[in-house]
Amino acid sequence: MQFFNEFTQTIINGVAIGCIYGMVALGFVLIYKSTEVINFAQGELLMLGAFIAYSLITMLHFPYWLALITTILAMGIVGALLERVVLRPLVGEPAYAIVIVTIGISYFIKSVVSMIPGWGTDTYGFKTPFTDKYVRSGELVVSWEYISIIAIALLLIAAVFLFFRYSRMGTAMRATSQNQLAAVYMGISVTRVFSLTWTIAAALGGIGGILLAPITFVHMNMGFIGLKAVPAAVLGGFTSPPGAIVGGLIIGITESLAGVYLPDGWKDIAAWIILIGVLIIRPQGLFGIQEKKKV
Amino acid sequence: MSVMLKVRNIETYYGPIMAIKGVSFDIEEGAVVTILGANGAGKTTILKTLSAIMDPQKGTIEFMGKRIDSLPPEKIVAMGVSQVPEGREVFHDLTVKENLLMGAYLRNDRAGIKRDMDMVYDYFPILKDRIAQLAGDMSGGQQQMVVIGRALMARPKLLMLDEPSLGLSPLLVKEIYGIIERINKEHKTTILLVEQNAPMALSIASHGFVLELGRIVMDDTCQALMANEDVQEFYLGIKEDSVRGTKRWKRKKKWR
Repeated sequence: MQFFNEFTQTIINGVAIGCIYGMVALGFVLIYKSTEVINFAQGELLMLGAFIAYSLITMLHFPYWLALITTILAMGIVGALLERVVLRPLVGEPAYAIVIVTIGISYFIKSVVSMIPGWGTDTYGFKTPFTDKYVRSGELVVSWEYISIIAIALLLIAAVFLFFRYSRMGTAMRATSQNQLAAVYMGISVTRVFSLTWTIAAALGGIGGILLAPITFVHMNMGFIGLKAVPAAVLGGFTSPPGAIVGGLIIGITESLAGVYLPDGWKDIAAWIILIGVLIIRPQGLFGIQEKKKV
Repeated sequence: MSVMLKVRNIETYYGPIMAIKGVSFDIEEGAVVTILGANGAGKTTILKTLSAIMDPQKGTIEFMGKRIDSLPPEKIVAMGVSQVPEGREVFHDLTVKENLLMGAYLRNDRAGIKRDMDMVYDYFPILKDRIAQLAGDMSGGQQQMVVIGRALMARPKLLMLDEPSLGLSPLLVKEIYGIIERINKEHKTTILLVEQNAPMALSIASHGFVLELGRIVMDDTCQALMANEDVQEFYLGIKEDSVRGTKRWKRKKKWR
């Protein structure tokens, strides 16, 4: 029984972390699919989101939900600005150049955060309505914190998927990622699609930050979690949004299990071992498809 | 009939290479017009320039009395100029229905979109049976139907088709051309057809241009073009025997 409870808790923690990895990975995948660039600043966007939420909640005393929504909007604006100011002038340049620019963006965000008074390089945290609340059923104790992360993440991920599946703009964004030239012939403005892609990806990163902060901390270096989202995205096939979520969950759960049942140190390499294992068997990733084009 | 599209002296470059060397022509409203030419003559480049996928370095393009040569592509589509690009550029991971709806991306009249959807299904009944199929999984002929249907969903005033017969069986080419003719007759849509399949194009067009190395060398009615010796030999493949009964290999084209 003891084992069962511990195991269930570990899995729930893993799913919660996995949802966050999945969201960050989804940001990677969306940007990669539409612009063929890997955005290495995705982790820093998460960090920035956490700092904004921290300021709103502890300094401006926003209620949690309002802070959540405000952070999502603020991060969306950050994404759109980044696209407009930094990336749009680079359209047409080789992909590696743009990738390096995203690394530059990540350092830039870090430095800016470290310079802002009240943010800096210290470690912070904030409380949510779910902090220190637990559900008990018999011996099993589960923190509301983790349940809320899973619920909020799944809700927002579902919203993103519905947007892409059913809305006109969402369909246009998928169309653009499949065939940019044909999209232009349809009158779809590719610049608008790119701008919206960055908006959504940055908002996803920001949400990841708000959700991650209560169970870890708010710190300038929390963007390193972005490095865990890369194997999640690769695992899913890098071009598949559902794959990113599944990849995130697999990495999250494995890590959580490795942290509890394996010796120290395994936790951090578990993700990479799984990644290498899957790629040996299925080089295109779990949900990846070989590009097909009929002639 | 009034002039719908007025092209004057456009020059378009690929880097340092001049692909269109000062082309001028008019297209009248409601007409079916064709541009003939060999590979590399610049046919596709002209269409790309008209759709603003490429910018002309010189010259002007007027559509319905308004300059369009400096507008972005989406504005041109919104004005009623749609193109079916060469090579069946479907959205391969979208369903047939989603592909068609993307054609109506700039429109907001739901009822009209619904009506035009039915119109497309009327032209291409097979698409109606394949509504939920991914366009990438369809045959070449069906993909060609998807892209023509998709362009129609924008309700264009001027429909430009780039080699709609490319890689299709003769029977299918006939069917597609029948439908292009119907579109022109039933909706008064002006059609600009770029083709290598000259006999087919001349059979439905009323006016034609012959393009060679980036210049228009002939501009005449299709009847006159078909009667022209050079067009007959170089585009229609009708061989003329010389006095000695053998083919003359080194014939000079008169327009050079």
